[in-house]
Amino acid sequence: MTTVSFFVPRTRRNVELLLLLFAVGIVLLAYLSVGLAVGGAVPIDIVTQGSWLLGFVVAFHLVLRWRAAYADPVVLPIVTLLNGLGVVMIHRLDLAEGRDLAEAFAPRQLMWSGLGIVIAALVIVALRDHRRLRRYTFTAMVAGLVCLLLPLVPFLGVELNGARIWIRVAGFSFQPGEVAKILLTIFFAAYLVQTRDALALAGRTVLGFPLPRARDLGPILVAWLSSLAVLVLERDLGTSLLFFGLFVAMLYVATERISWITIGLLLFSGGAYVAYLLFGHVRQRVEFWLDPWSPEALAQSSQLVDGLMGMGAGGLFGTGLGRGNPQITPFAESDFIIPSFGEELGLIGLCAILMLYVLFVERGLRTALGTRDGFGKLLATGLAFSVALQIFVVVGGVTRVIPLTGLTSPFLSSGGSSLLSNWVIVALLLRISDHARRPTPDEAPPPVTPPAGPGKAVIA
Amino acid sequence: MSELTLSAVRLGVLVLLWLFIFSIVGVLRSDLYGTRIVHRSARGRNTIRPTRSSPTRPRRGFSILAVVDGQMRGTTVPLREAGVLLGRNPECTLILDDDFASGRHARVYYDDKSWYVEDLGSTNGTHVNGERIDAPTPLTDGTQLRIGATVLELRR
Repeated sequence: MTTVSFFVPRTRRNVELLLLLFAVGIVLLAYLSVGLAVGGAVPIDIVTQGSWLLGFVVAFHLVLRWRAAYADPVVLPIVTLLNGLGVVMIHRLDLAEGRDLAEAFAPRQLMWSGLGIVIAALVIVALRDHRRLRRYTFTAMVAGLVCLLLPLVPFLGVELNGARIWIRVAGFSFQPGEVAKILLTIFFAAYLVQTRDALALAGRTVLGFPLPRARDLGPILVAWLSSLAVLVLERDLGTSLLFFGLFVAMLYVATERISWITIGLLLFSGGAYVAYLLFGHVRQRVEFWLDPWSPEALAQSSQLVDGLMGMGAGGLFGTGLGRGNPQITPFAESDFIIPSFGEELGLIGLCAILMLYVLFVERGLRTALGTRDGFGKLLATGLAFSVALQIFVVVGGVTRVIPLTGLTSPFLSSGGSSLLSNWVIVALLLRISDHARRPTPDEAPPPVTPPAGPGKAVIA
Repeated sequence: MSELTLSAVRLGVLVLLWLFIFSIVGVLRSDLYGTRIVHRSARGRNTIRPTRSSPTRPRRGFSILAVVDGQMRGTTVPLREAGVLLGRNPECTLILDDDFASGRHARVYYDDKSWYVEDLGSTNGTHVNGERIDAPTPLTDGTQLRIGATVLELRR
């Protein structure tokens, strides 16, 4: 027998501050550990670097106190810890590779982290109510698709490491696909909250399997075709998998119909098989996945094997930060940062990092459950799920669960565009969670998109 | 730098990482927010405390929606002008623990001086005075609203 009651929500901002100090402390200890192991002395800049990090995150914390007092208290500490550990690992790889200050990745990563925090704070300040994003449903779609296809424009797009996902403007390179991820999540959420009743209720049942109407299949086919276009034209397996998976998951959450997942999986496996037959780079990835130790695979790339051997060398407790050899693996600071952590922090440390991601995603989904408007629910689910799927693709790729695809681990990997967009995701989730946890005022304000007359279904 | 210090720092990072995770889990355990489900004793004693965020609204005529029959008999929900959502989903204002209720089953809302109930495409329908409704239906004094095995009434 159950019933419902309301209870007084707490802001928990002081808990957030404590956890932030804890997170910064762990990052500094990790930095100290690198310094002791590599240089044999306490790094001289530990205080300045620490105060930079502390200054930025405490400033963001104050913005939250000011503009989103009821936002989730654990999201910011988790993200701070992940971002800080990423910078420490990149710094450690800089030292191992002997990069001097001009070409080192860590200062740049730190700069991008600061920029990401500033942009996230701006999002919190400027966006007072996430439901305002619903006004830009189709703007978000067009902008998202443009961002997705921008690297294909001649002279603007750059092909790096076999994938054409970068643009270069005035010396700065950027991955517009990361921004497209957020824009398309906004579009999916706004679109599905409008159409979910038609998608969920209409259709026939064939052999106990509810089939949607043919015309409702349109959007899923568009999502499928554009993700295939990314796969074929930009040769980016990871992004293509991420977008399609995101759309199918949001469709399922919006409609509660398992048939969408079945249809999505069938479409994906069909598309993937055709891509396997047609394209050499897909076939190569699958061969590396099935047998990375074969002489043919090793002759082309030992990256996956290096990562696996690194994690094996780390064992249960790891070699300790600064005492392993993660720099042997190509791209140890971006795509292969997870094996780098596996080698130096061991299985125990890697599990802790995965646990941080789990908690982050859980807070996103909890926000989705708690929020009272359908758009916020879908948006929070989509953002949290995109992070979860990205982690699955990255960790699955480097541990040989699925074929390796080039995606960054959110917050850890070196890369400005990925950091910026992930900080924006954090800002959006904090904004929605503030809305979800704020006590309802007695006179509920009218929703931004007013529900139509009594004859129409409620937008809940 | 001695090997002992290095090992201590190295293990310290791991220990602190996990301490951090456990402290977050500790925060979360005491920070379950939103609607809370209170399990009541089988005797049906109403143990919900009156809440601060539930204003009574005498000028509107009706102020509460009361469950008069079914498993949750005795439960009341304050009527809000924004509408009261009934159903099994946790987002609903009144969560019906009823096998015959849908996730988002029906909505009770205020429009132009009277209260209406509207079915939200539920599987088993919403009944007002024994009749299944297919359009928003006004609720007056003593109107019995039935969803599955739950009967509700508006109260002043």
